[in-house]
Amino acid sequence: MRTESIRERFGLAMLELGRRYPRVVVVTGDLMYPTQVHHFAQAYPDRFYDVGIAEQNMIGVAAGMATCGKIPFVCSYANFTALRACEQIRNDICYTNLNVKIAGLSSGLTYGVGGPTHQSYEDLATMRSMANMTVVVPADANAAEAAVFAAYEHDGPVFLRLGRGPEPVVYDRDASFTIGRACQLREGQDVSIIANGPMVYEALSAAEHLEKAGIDCRVYDMHTLKPLDLDSLRSAGLETNLIVTVEEHYIIGGLGSAVLEGLNELGVSTPVMRIGIPDLFPIIGPTNELRAHYGLCADNIVRNVKAALSSI
Amino acid sequence: MQNPGNKESLIRFIEQKAREIRIDIVKMTAKAGSGHPGGSLSAADIVATLYFGEVLRVKPDEPDWPDRDRFVLSKGHAAPVLYSALAGRGFFPADWLDTLRQLGSPLQGHPDCKKVPGVEVSTGSLGQGLSMAVGMALAGRLDQKDYNVWVLLGDGECQEGQIWEAAMAASHYKLDNLIAIVDHNGLQIDGRVRDVMSIDPIDDKFRAFGWHVFRVDGHRVDILLDVFQQALDIKGKPAVVVADTVKGKGVSFMEGEKDWHGKAPNPGQLEEALKQLQAV
Repeated sequence: MRTESIRERFGLAMLELGRRYPRVVVVTGDLMYPTQVHHFAQAYPDRFYDVGIAEQNMIGVAAGMATCGKIPFVCSYANFTALRACEQIRNDICYTNLNVKIAGLSSGLTYGVGGPTHQSYEDLATMRSMANMTVVVPADANAAEAAVFAAYEHDGPVFLRLGRGPEPVVYDRDASFTIGRACQLREGQDVSIIANGPMVYEALSAAEHLEKAGIDCRVYDMHTLKPLDLDSLRSAGLETNLIVTVEEHYIIGGLGSAVLEGLNELGVSTPVMRIGIPDLFPIIGPTNELRAHYGLCADNIVRNVKAALSSI
Repeated sequence: MQNPGNKESLIRFIEQKAREIRIDIVKMTAKAGSGHPGGSLSAADIVATLYFGEVLRVKPDEPDWPDRDRFVLSKGHAAPVLYSALAGRGFFPADWLDTLRQLGSPLQGHPDCKKVPGVEVSTGSLGQGLSMAVGMALAGRLDQKDYNVWVLLGDGECQEGQIWEAAMAASHYKLDNLIAIVDHNGLQIDGRVRDVMSIDPIDDKFRAFGWHVFRVDGHRVDILLDVFQQALDIKGKPAVVVADTVKGKGVSFMEGEKDWHGKAPNPGQLEEALKQLQAV
């Protein structure tokens, strides 16, 4: 298993984005180094704004610049944007449908030892509830890089949910990435596992284990949480007997919720099992141990799929 | 816009426009049956001076003109004062004013920039306009444009922490293309600003944050004209004009009464208000 740092690749992608597109500006709130946009800052100092530890102002400044034709990328943490500056994102950006991109790093449990103040499990719930917002959750460093450029190409607000440290590599660097279109990474007839972010790798590992037990799983990377790819969801619902969602977010309001809402809209009644962070403030720990503690790992997906299939 | 000629006649012209704006404010809110007359009336002379005193460089027939001056109504609940000025300058037909707060009207209780030509950003939730104005000023500098960004704040609004985040940024970036005006009418929903949560000394606060501070009578058009020019001449730092005003100014029974923050006049009150305003 090869791993690559999400934030290092993100920082390099932002540097390249700045080189290609002069309208791109970066706004951060004292997180230049943690989000790795110091590369951008060094190369394009006049298009880089570190507004200090003032996230509400950070979002407003980005919105104001967007009204003047700039394409601001706000680079901060997921909780300091989606939660701390939630209302500014809603009123200043989404309401007016401004072309601002928000990169929320350190999401989920990726800063596992930092504790809940520095983690985020509610960000997808808040971001996807906002009209005009597009929400993207890349699976690995290659997808994160592709998502940066896709976000630039997309006209309107985008929340780009990113992790922090090294994550297993799922995609080739030249893999195509289209906002709003899920990637089916594995064929299967029995079960559909729908995941996003780093949980895509866990889903693929689980599918391999389940194959050995004679259970045929397909795997979707639902990297765009909003707008949800209903075509893929319909296929999953109609062509397999069970849908399992896996996400590094509360089971309230994230991918599992979106999938249930989507199936309901489609009138498809396939059983759904949701795996995510339960309704509590997690304990701390190294990211992968913490994920395992809350069942965000291949072993637990395998156990749950077997149990669910036996009860259908 | 008609050419008012020399300064004396310009002042008379602005004063007449301020009266017309006040008449619009009471008419609009009375027709709507709700709205915020108090904080709109307190800002009428300020807004009239900006829009009719040749202060703002805007083109009503080209609201998105890239080189225009920007005006941000951060105290978005004072929307009627802005709507009246924009209609008066021809940004949209004056009969829109009759639709304030009606179903589907572009003229919402708090302004929506996607619906109303001349409104720069959507506001209403207090404390957010100054940050957006900072962003506009930074973009103007980056693009080497000479436009200025004006932002009107409420005094109660200055209780919002984000105002001071933005104030810090504006002076850090030395934004001399940014001018804030505080409509210092002393009242907010729950009472006197000084009783609810004092912002005093507001001058010293802005000064400590690195701003050049002017303090003036916000109902003296001649003084406002001068101070706005002086504010534009300040270099290397942002400027703020703290304008002392009277909430409900121009309508005797509304003046200084907090209850007129968010209440519309009934037909009898409208008649009395119009009588007073037309008699001036």
